[in-house]
Amino acid sequence: MTTSVFVPRDAIALSLDADDVAAAIAQEAARRNLDVRVVRNGSRGLFWLDPLVEVDIDGVRHGYGPVEAADVVSLFDAGFLGGGDHRLALGAVESITELAAQTRLTFARHGVVDPRSLDDYLAHGGYDGLRRALAMTPDQLLTEIEASGLRGRGGAAFPTGIKWRTVANAPATPKYVVANGDEGDSGTFADRMIFEGDPFCLLEGMTIAAHAVGATHGVIYIRSEYPHAIATTQAAIDAARAAGWLGSSVGGQGLSFDVEIRVGAGAYICGEETSMLESIEGKRGMVRFKPPLPAIEGLYGKPTVVNNILTFASVPWIAANGGDAYAAHGVGRSKGTLAVQLAGNVARGALVEVPFGITLRDLIDRFGGGTRSGKALRAVQVGGPLGAYFDGAGLDVALDYEAITAAGGLLGHGGIVVFDESVDMAVQARFAMEFCAAESCGKCTPCRVGSTRGVELIDRISAGTRRDANHQQLLELCDVLEHGSLCALGGLTPYPVRSALRLFPTDFGLAAEETA
Amino acid sequence: MSEAPVARRPKREVPPLPADQNAAVDAALEAGGRDHTRLLVVLHHLQHSLGYIPPATVRPIARALGLSRAEVHGVISFYHDFRTEPGGQHHVKVCQAESCQAAGGRELWPSLETALGCAAGETAADGSVTLEVVYCLGLCAASPALLIDDEPVGRLTEAKVAQVAARARSLS
Repeated sequence: MTTSVFVPRDAIALSLDADDVAAAIAQEAARRNLDVRVVRNGSRGLFWLDPLVEVDIDGVRHGYGPVEAADVVSLFDAGFLGGGDHRLALGAVESITELAAQTRLTFARHGVVDPRSLDDYLAHGGYDGLRRALAMTPDQLLTEIEASGLRGRGGAAFPTGIKWRTVANAPATPKYVVANGDEGDSGTFADRMIFEGDPFCLLEGMTIAAHAVGATHGVIYIRSEYPHAIATTQAAIDAARAAGWLGSSVGGQGLSFDVEIRVGAGAYICGEETSMLESIEGKRGMVRFKPPLPAIEGLYGKPTVVNNILTFASVPWIAANGGDAYAAHGVGRSKGTLAVQLAGNVARGALVEVPFGITLRDLIDRFGGGTRSGKALRAVQVGGPLGAYFDGAGLDVALDYEAITAAGGLLGHGGIVVFDESVDMAVQARFAMEFCAAESCGKCTPCRVGSTRGVELIDRISAGTRRDANHQQLLELCDVLEHGSLCALGGLTPYPVRSALRLFPTDFGLAAEETA
Repeated sequence: MSEAPVARRPKREVPPLPADQNAAVDAALEAGGRDHTRLLVVLHHLQHSLGYIPPATVRPIARALGLSRAEVHGVISFYHDFRTEPGGQHHVKVCQAESCQAAGGRELWPSLETALGCAAGETAADGSVTLEVVYCLGLCAASPALLIDDEPVGRLTEAKVAQVAARARSLS
């Protein structure tokens, strides 16, 4: 009997030598004349256990990890193919506390299936959503998406149903569906996981969008820093096309829709939707003025659905199970689940999919296990490089769009970066301005010039040069950036800067009471 | 009243591209379907085959795609990926964004530069390796991280930096 052994091919697993582990298992199995099939799955998102090796025993997946190639012989000796005990044994993977406590809707198949296998996808509920969607009229489908309460997961949190209906109602043709995979926020990797762990889900979500709005062509924009994501997604597109899930009659239902990948070229700004559209059109990634909205005049000036990868990947579940079932999760106006990415100086870096409303403290303590260094936690940045910093006392904020906005932050793409007590927050604030200067498209003055002035002001404050006057000027500059910039890059860079000044004034040499 | 004849500037002779660059430009244009909206596709292809985008290739690319040279140059200069000078045989892309900063990256980057024999953004004198700084590789749950020739390396330590450098300094 063939035993299936799973070794992830997610880039993080690969960064921890998963290929060597897979090769060692295949080699040792051959040497012992054992019938083993090594499957390269996606990631469960339990990265502190990577490479996480799983063995299928009567339909239950038993985990071992983190496995190094040098452990493989001892795993065979311990009889891991039959679930044998070993110092790396984790028991049933689905029972691992940090996974069992999650609500996996969008990430349900991650780590379970072979991401390149369409058969695997279909065997695990794949294309159920599209089948149900195609049985509906576009209007019924739009109503379902609206009922789900789904909001854009890229950071702006705009209601997806309203956006889609705007595109559906736009008279111009052709219409486009564009998936924004320019995931540049530090501390985020959920899009990459979908590309590498369940790419058919993205394709299915985009195809459902195409049916809802009447689009014929899709583009997936993937950043060049993600070579493995590009390869896996292209393999999925090829397989979907060969099986008729993309092309002139999707699923044999007459819907004509196909997609292609466009690769970025190293520009953070191309995560901004209009800048990305320019890039897809072969131009410099310069931000466009809005209006017109991309929903009316988007790619090539035509009506375009632009959504984040996570947003599209959430759609098949909604289409299969109904908008109300999705909206039953979450709190307030933040419906459904949130894909949190725990990163930085955290003991258990992970993808955590939970309903909206969990507190930051709960996430970091219960799922993240505190800092990796073991030192005291000092700061947490939520929502990428444009997100605010929180200190240890601010961790009781609930993660839903409204609550975190009220606390002076933003949820962004759900990335959480933990810093221990060794961090110098003046350096982090300076980096926020430096990053803005490096990545500004240059179209608007506050962002292009203000970011460089911001670096200079922080340097003067740190050096003690007219500290209070420069502090005041920095705060005024932040106002100009926030209110005068064309897009979120300049508009949100003040968030990390101001929060660092407010919470950690002594790092800048400022008196604590002055800013309290 | 007759206008004074306009003095025409003599047309500058443009030297032909070296044969390998010419072939690479053709192949890149073909890969992009000779479609100006696929300029990034063309440039990626060209850089992949030559290792960089020689400035002299701007003219034939612009002409083939119906763009101005300024437009093509503008795209090349906008994106961090595109190089107009040859790089090293190996490419190390080290992430210097927040997650990698938080996980001890700031302490490791000087060691990486020393071990590779070049500063960030530069190529080692022996041509073995180019060190590039990027902001986020999406490996943030295994920070600090880098890519060497598109292979990810996570949870960097001094020992792993030394291993990466040994690979990167090897000339084929």
